[in-house]
Amino acid sequence: MNDMQPLTSIVVSPEQQTDASPDEFALENVTQERGGRRVLAGVTIALPKGGFSALIGPSGAGKTSLLRLLNRLDDPASGVVRFLGRPIVDFPVRALRRRVGFVFQTPAMFPGTVAENLSVVPTLGGEARAAHASVHIAEVLRLVELGADFGDRIAADLSGGEKQRVALARALMTGPEVLLLDEPTAALDPEVAAHLMHTLRRLRESTGLTIVMVTHRLSEARSTSTYAVMLEAGRVVEAGPSARLFSAPIEARTREFIAAGEAGKNHD
Amino acid sequence: MTEPAVEIGWVQLALASALVLVAIALSAWQRLGLGKSLVIGAIRALIQLTLIGYVLVWLFNTNRWYFVLGVLLLMTLTATLAATARQPGGAQAQPRLRPICFASILVGSSLTLAYVGAVVVDVTPWYNPRYLIPLFGMIVGNAMNGAALAAERLQSEMEAGRAQIEAYLALGATPQQASAEPARRATVAAMIPTINALAVVGVVSLPGMMTGQILAGSAPTLAVRYQLVVVFMLTAATALTAAGIVLWYRRTFFTAAAQLLPRVPV
Repeated sequence: MNDMQPLTSIVVSPEQQTDASPDEFALENVTQERGGRRVLAGVTIALPKGGFSALIGPSGAGKTSLLRLLNRLDDPASGVVRFLGRPIVDFPVRALRRRVGFVFQTPAMFPGTVAENLSVVPTLGGEARAAHASVHIAEVLRLVELGADFGDRIAADLSGGEKQRVALARALMTGPEVLLLDEPTAALDPEVAAHLMHTLRRLRESTGLTIVMVTHRLSEARSTSTYAVMLEAGRVVEAGPSARLFSAPIEARTREFIAAGEAGKNHD
Repeated sequence: MTEPAVEIGWVQLALASALVLVAIALSAWQRLGLGKSLVIGAIRALIQLTLIGYVLVWLFNTNRWYFVLGVLLLMTLTATLAATARQPGGAQAQPRLRPICFASILVGSSLTLAYVGAVVVDVTPWYNPRYLIPLFGMIVGNAMNGAALAAERLQSEMEAGRAQIEAYLALGATPQQASAEPARRATVAAMIPTINALAVVGVVSLPGMMTGQILAGSAPTLAVRYQLVVVFMLTAATALTAAGIVLWYRRTFFTAAAQLLPRVPV
């Protein structure tokens, strides 16, 4: 796991990236509809490989709709989604999902213990329950900073924060290159949320995973992400390295949104 | 043992219809709003059964295999419409459910009837309507209930389990793997009435066919053996039909790219 990219390689605008180092994801004029309503209206964006990208913006901006396109939980109504430079539809969908993990806003636990929640994952790929699965389980539990004794706990009985860590561990069981996180801390109280974000940062540092996260907590996006995309009403308002976007946003709308977020931070 | 059955004439029938009035009175008293449905239902039953009596007479007299098969298909079709009429999801869900329901009831019922007719009862000629029509009627009736229960439960479990199903899909599961739990619950739900019926048959309930045979003068021991064939056959038909529904219907909740389709607006 020493293929982690230095941070400096991420602080490059999408335009500067060449085909030699393709972006993790690229969207070209993507539109999406849900229930007859347009939720993405011509999104063109590139998300850097190895980065921690944050998708920010007000509710209903299309953040989750965009995220769901990246491991084909949904396909767009029109436009092209690329993964590592190739159209995402060229990858066999189940293999793609094992390379691009997804953690949902509300973690859905499978029946049984935490260990059973994790050990089922290899069998979904058609493998027999591997003998080394227990080693792997211990490893992912360590990565998400849950004690090894959590393996015997009933998943449904865990707290919200613990369940979200199990969901994260489960996504790691496939050995993904990318993790997609849909407001993973939305249902957690601020302290538990901060702890989870800390775990995610450590996880990325130790594994070199590319992470794309939807969040409504601006402080989270600011402190954790390396790249940020501001969405509103299904369109990209602004995108760029987080260090620049949060300190010197170009668009007035981004500035407003960040200022409002700063003002409301104490209530977060 | 062979005393003839008591004749029921039109007068007796009119007297029996007073029993429905009890239910109608109860509905009016408790304001259940079922009066109209009860009246329509009773009249429908009267017309349908009277007509079917004549159809059966005609069918037994003509004794043609293609007429018999035609009636069996018509019964399957009617059962399909009844099983899908009150499904959640309404008009949107029905176009995709109906063909599946028809195929499941047809396959489940035909396989069961073929086995009973060819192996157990040894019906001759193979299309003898005196055996096939009543046997198939009982089979399709149960298959219909099994299909309706399985479809209704599958739909609600798929709806309630969306988060878990997508969690499985996101891990690279096949739609079959992702919907294994809803499918299992739907099959169990469809089988429970049959399992309950097996448990109480002869103790709590004396099944209609057996009662009918005894009333018509058959020896109870023969009627019991016939009834055992029937309950076993109904068990098989329900299981096969529910399995067919669960197998085919759950596919319609997913795209070819293993995506869970948006919920059907109800």
